Amino acid sequence: MREAARVSGEVVEVGRRHDMMRLRAVRPAATLLRPRAEDSLDPIELERFERTLLPHMRAAYNLARWLTRTDQDAEDVVQEAYLRAVRFFGGFRGGDAKAWLLTIVRNTSHSVWQRGRGAGATVPLDEDTPEVEDAALGPEDLLLQKASGQEVREALEALPVEFREVVVLRELEGLSYKEMAEVTQLPIGTVMSRLARARARLRLGLQERLRGGSA
Amino acid sequence: MSCGEPAARLLEAYLDGELDLVRSLEVERHLEECEPCSAALSRHRALRSALRDASLYYEPPKRLEDRLRTELGKGSKAAKSGGLARWRWQAVAASLPVIAALAWALVAIPRGPSNDELVSQEVVSAHVRSLMAQHLTDVASSDRHTVKPWFNGKLDFSPEVKDLAGDGYPLVGGRLDYIGGRGVAALVYQREKHPINVFVWPEPDARAAADGESSLRGYNVIRWRRSGMRYSAVSDLNPPELRELARDLQR
Repeated sequence: MREAARVSGEVVEVGRRHDMMRLRAVRPAATLLRPRAEDSLDPIELERFERTLLPHMRAAYNLARWLTRTDQDAEDVVQEAYLRAVRFFGGFRGGDAKAWLLTIVRNTSHSVWQRGRGAGATVPLDEDTPEVEDAALGPEDLLLQKASGQEVREALEALPVEFREVVVLRELEGLSYKEMAEVTQLPIGTVMSRLARARARLRLGLQERLRGGSA
Repeated sequence: MSCGEPAARLLEAYLDGELDLVRSLEVERHLEECEPCSAALSRHRALRSALRDASLYYEPPKRLEDRLRTELGKGSKAAKSGGLARWRWQAVAASLPVIAALAWALVAIPRGPSNDELVSQEVVSAHVRSLMAQHLTDVASSDRHTVKPWFNGKLDFSPEVKDLAGDGYPLVGGRLDYIGGRGVAALVYQREKHPINVFVWPEPDARAAADGESSLRGYNVIRWRRSGMRYSAVSDLNPPELRELARDLQR
C-alpha cells in the first residue's frame, strides 16, 4: 500500500507535466508519451509486464471510458497509463495486478478531468452531501429492472465522477471494498459510504427517468 | 442486529459479498424477520440487476492492444544497450517456457485419457488444499444471488450457481482456484459433515476430456461437461451421494 501511494503520488506529478505538454500538443499524444530509454524494460521484463498487465486492458479501458466519457480520451488514457506502468513496474511486487493498473488508470484519468474536460459535475464530498433517505424511495423502485440499458447508462453518466467511479469499480469490475480502497486511495469506510450514496443517487436518477421526468 | 443506519451499511456489505460467514448468517436471520430490511435488499438487488443487464461495459477497440504492444515494444528496443550477447541469452531464456510447453503438448496430446487423470489429480489437490488451509470459501453465503455475482470481474466466465439446499446439499459459498493453468470457480456445497468442491471452467472442445468418475487418495471425483463448461465435483462423500449431487447440478 505504501508502495502504491508513493507510486501514485509520482504518477500525478508526471501527469501534470504531460498535461502542460498536451495542451499544446496535437493528437495523437503517443509521440510525446513514449518512454525514455531508462524507463523501458529488457525483453524478459517486457514479457513479464505484458503477461501481467495486458490481460487487464479490458478493465483499464472500461474504467477510463467511464471516467473520461469519450472513446478517444479513453484510448489515450489507457496508453498513457500503460507507459506509466512500465516506469513503475520495477516497484510492483506481484499481488493484485488489476487493482495496481486501475490505480494508475484512475490517476491518469484524473489528470484529464482536472483539465476540465470530460469530467462532468464534481461534488463537495461525503461529509457535505446529504444522504438520500432510503425510506424515501417508493415501491416503484422494484421497477428499476424494467429500465432500458440506455436509461441506466444515462443515469450512471449523470452521476458526479466520484460516485460514478465507485459504481463502475464495484458493479462493472467486481472489485472488493479492499481493492476499491486501493484504487481510489480512500479508507474502506469512506469507500463504503461513498458507494452507498452513489447507489442511492443512481436509484433516484433512474426513478426520475422512469417516471418520464428529465433529470 | 437492529435496524437503522449501521444495518443499512451491513446490508450492502452483505449484498457485495463482503461479510464473513458468521455475519452473513446473522444478516440472513435478521432478513427473515424484518420486513423493511428485506424490502431494502430487494431494492438493492433490483438496482444491481438493472446495472448488470444494461450491458454498460465499454469494450476496447481491437486496435488498442496492437497500439499498446507497438508502443511498449518501441521502448524495449531502445533499451537494448546491454549488448547483443546478453540479449541473445535472454531470448533463449525467454523461449524456454515455449519449448517446454511444446514438449509437453507433444507428450500429452497422444495420450488423451491421461489428461483426465491429470485434471483429476489437480482437482483433488485443490480440494485438499482448500481444507488444509481452512480457506474453503472466499465468499461465504448460501444465497446464489450473492455467490454468482461475486465471480464477476474475477473470472472471464460466469459460472452457473445452484442452491441445492432442498435436495440436502446446501450451498456454502464460492472461491477462486487455479486448475490446469487457469483461474476456475470453486462452488462449495455441504452434505452433513462433508464439504464438496465443484470446480467449473469453460471448455469449448467437447472432445478435450471425457465424462467419468475416479477415486484418488480416498476422494471421489465426478467429471462432466455441460453447456460448454467442464465440471468436477470432489469430496470424501460416498460415490452414490456425490452422483446425486452431480445429477442435481445437471438438471
